Amino acid sequence: MNRVEGVAKVTGQARYAYEYPVEGVCHAVAVQADIPRGEIIRVDAREALALPGVLAVLSCEGAPELADTSDYELALFQSRTVAYRGQIVAAVVAETLEIARQAQRLIKVTYRPGEFDVRLTGTHPGLYRPDKVNPAYPTDTGQGDVEAAMAAADSSVDVTYTTPALHNNPMEPHATLALWEDGDLTLYDSIQGVSTGRDSVAKVFGLPPEQVRVHAPHVGGGFGAKGSPRPNAILAAMCARAIRRPVKLAVTRQQMFSFTGYRTPTIQRVRLAADAGGLLTAVAHDVVEQTSRVTEFAEQTAIATRIMYGAPNRGTSHRLARLDVPTPSWMRAPGECPGMYALESAMDELAIECGLDPIELRIRNDPATAPESGKPFSSRNLVACLRAGAERFGWDGRDPRPGIRREGRWLVGTGVAASTYPVYRSPCRATARVGPDGRYTVAVAATDIGTGARTTLTLIAAAALGVPVERVTAEIGDSALPPAPVAGGSMGTGSWGSAVVLACRALRRALDEHAGAVPDTGIEAYGDTAEELAGQQDFARHAFGAQFAEVRVDTGTGEVRVSRLLGVFAAGRIINPKTARSQFIGGMTMGLGMALMEESVMDHEFGDYLNHDFAQYHVPTIADIRDIDAVWIEEDDAHLNPMGSKGIGEIGIVGTAAAIGNAVHHATGRRVRDLPIRIDRLVG
Amino acid sequence: MEAIEIVLTVNGDERRLAVDTRASLLDVLRERLGLTGAKKGCDHGQCGACTVLLDGRRVNSCLALAVAHQGAEVITVEGLADGDDLHPVQRAFIEEDGFQCGYCTPGQLCSAVGMLDELKQGWPSAVTGDDDDLGDEPSDDEIRERMNGNLCRCGAYAGILAAIKEASR
Ligand code: FES
Ligand code: FES
Repeated sequence: MNRVEGVAKVTGQARYAYEYPVEGVCHAVAVQADIPRGEIIRVDAREALALPGVLAVLSCEGAPELADTSDYELALFQSRTVAYRGQIVAAVVAETLEIARQAQRLIKVTYRPGEFDVRLTGTHPGLYRPDKVNPAYPTDTGQGDVEAAMAAADSSVDVTYTTPALHNNPMEPHATLALWEDGDLTLYDSIQGVSTGRDSVAKVFGLPPEQVRVHAPHVGGGFGAKGSPRPNAILAAMCARAIRRPVKLAVTRQQMFSFTGYRTPTIQRVRLAADAGGLLTAVAHDVVEQTSRVTEFAEQTAIATRIMYGAPNRGTSHRLARLDVPTPSWMRAPGECPGMYALESAMDELAIECGLDPIELRIRNDPATAPESGKPFSSRNLVACLRAGAERFGWDGRDPRPGIRREGRWLVGTGVAASTYPVYRSPCRATARVGPDGRYTVAVAATDIGTGARTTLTLIAAAALGVPVERVTAEIGDSALPPAPVAGGSMGTGSWGSAVVLACRALRRALDEHAGAVPDTGIEAYGDTAEELAGQQDFARHAFGAQFAEVRVDTGTGEVRVSRLLGVFAAGRIINPKTARSQFIGGMTMGLGMALMEESVMDHEFGDYLNHDFAQYHVPTIADIRDIDAVWIEEDDAHLNPMGSKGIGEIGIVGTAAAIGNAVHHATGRRVRDLPIRIDRLVG
Repeated sequence: MEAIEIVLTVNGDERRLAVDTRASLLDVLRERLGLTGAKKGCDHGQCGACTVLLDGRRVNSCLALAVAHQGAEVITVEGLADGDDLHPVQRAFIEEDGFQCGYCTPGQLCSAVGMLDELKQGWPSAVTGDDDDLGDEPSDDEIRERMNGNLCRCGAYAGILAAIKEASR
């Protein structure tokens, strides 16, 4: 089904946070620290305040107090500490954007700079073991004796991969429009979750949640970067309260590299051991990554390794270094994305060591139950994805020898990698209503950040009600609607859709009681998934997939082109094929960026990410995308949710970079273990 | 602040207003004229989200100073459709799912419309071969070459390509 908001989006009528027409709205811009660590001595705003049209300057000097300061990133101006370069240290509000920007440059902040450390290394002296990794997984796991298995192996690999810091870069920069009325706060915010967002903002201002309302009917992408309120939401609200007028604020693209989140760089050692038959005897994955000095963010990089392949001896670990950097955050498939890059690249190396086809190696080691927990899988169709993909991609008969296929100046190669993502679900509520006109409305505080949520929920409701989709409207994007979890962790549709189904079933029962006659006031029914969710059986629930890539590498320049990309996924029932395909392909496209071009480079001298715009942080363009496709296999899994669906927003990015890296090796014979696979890493 | 009065014809309507000499065309459209269809993705000419048609040609409106375009004719995404009748490119974007979040979409659409016109006028690109007839349906590579200034972080490129091909028929 086409997107229900399609016409609004192609005619420019769909409004995003910054775009709500509000009488008398003022403009705020943020001033950032230009030292990586230290104390603010003084903020001199006199010149800025003297500029006609400037309404206020906020900073640690005389800033309004916030009720809750436990989240450092949101506790704006509550201390004189600078914890990273680019931290917000002041803000100016003015009648127009042009005036605000002029005033921004007139604010003088003086600092007492401190010693800083922004360099992540595998042997950083400050490495420590966090209590858990996100969201609540054990930090380390282990079984058997990996060292002994490595020593006794017929084939083995012991390799280290690195991935750089990556920035989500949704196309819509974070933005907030804030209005106060009689002590109540209304926000139009660019955020992935309006219920959770409302609660966080209410906490910061010490308000009961009923006094805060968050609207986000359209969100221009997030990929995790808008998973929770970012400083822009708090700042806009503080400014609006200070001047008693509505205020809006959009983060600039450059600022997005400082305070809206990013994926931590990782250093990952993978050890794999196999016997003569290609059966794994050991799997170990040890990860080093960074967090900030002020908040612990422990990316769960090795958790996919805990469920991917069977082996009697195994271990995973995570170590963090606290650096003077912005706090890392969620970016599409946090954990699985960087982790599976390393594991699936190492599996390719092992296949070569064993003299086995890489698909065959994976099939031989596909476990019957979850390797570490022993839990049964609710469904696991990795092998089916690999087989279906091999057939569609034309994998059979592939000559494994690297560096021998030449077409003119191009070397050509193919690669494969597995993909996976867990099935998460959170409690959710929804209402379903029918009016006397026979129109149905389902309401849930979901958000559509480009996933097609509004469309998918319409389809789910129509199916549950047994009515045509034209008679159903899905209301979302407003915290006044029944509370819902965030559009994140690929759990949106599963969580929201389940509540919608329960509400629709309740509505059908109510309709039956009315013998089908709808009173003038309509009928409304309610669904809450908390109970059903608590009663779920204990299964290992994961989606799986197989990624196939064909690359061409220019023998002269080292330029890499991905001529074909195919993803085959097993993700339960696919509710709306049209938007699902776009989700998968969108994830794969971001994975291509990760493989070949995306990288935030830390400037060790000044302590900041050097490249902080699209001219220097390169994301894939239409010219990078050639033959790309995503398909799926039918999967019937009764242990998921009423729709039988698994999340699909993140799995598309998982494994793509490994498939491309493996194809580059097949093409050239070069194994690049540090992403991105830049030209200088291939030539010379 | 220095304000200068200018006249623009926007989507067929004459608009007279005093603008800050520092204001970009993009900010004037969005903040002054209420035309928020054109998007701000970078404000630096690096993403194409702000693309509009200025005197018939596609430009990044974040890089255009409004005062420098006295008397210009501007078409934004709001002006592509003929009433309720969508432009063929708009229809094709919906059919081919050429967007997800929709934030790059107004820029993609204006860029596509401008690009199809460039083809019609026979303007070659870096990938046009000597024997190519630009009057024909454009090749995939022509479209990729001409559209690569419009970034889409959602990765809707496959749909965008299909939509533009569809609309060029
Ligand atoms: S906003 Fe103009 S090119 Fe990005
Ligand atoms: S549709 Fe989201 S950036 Fe293009």
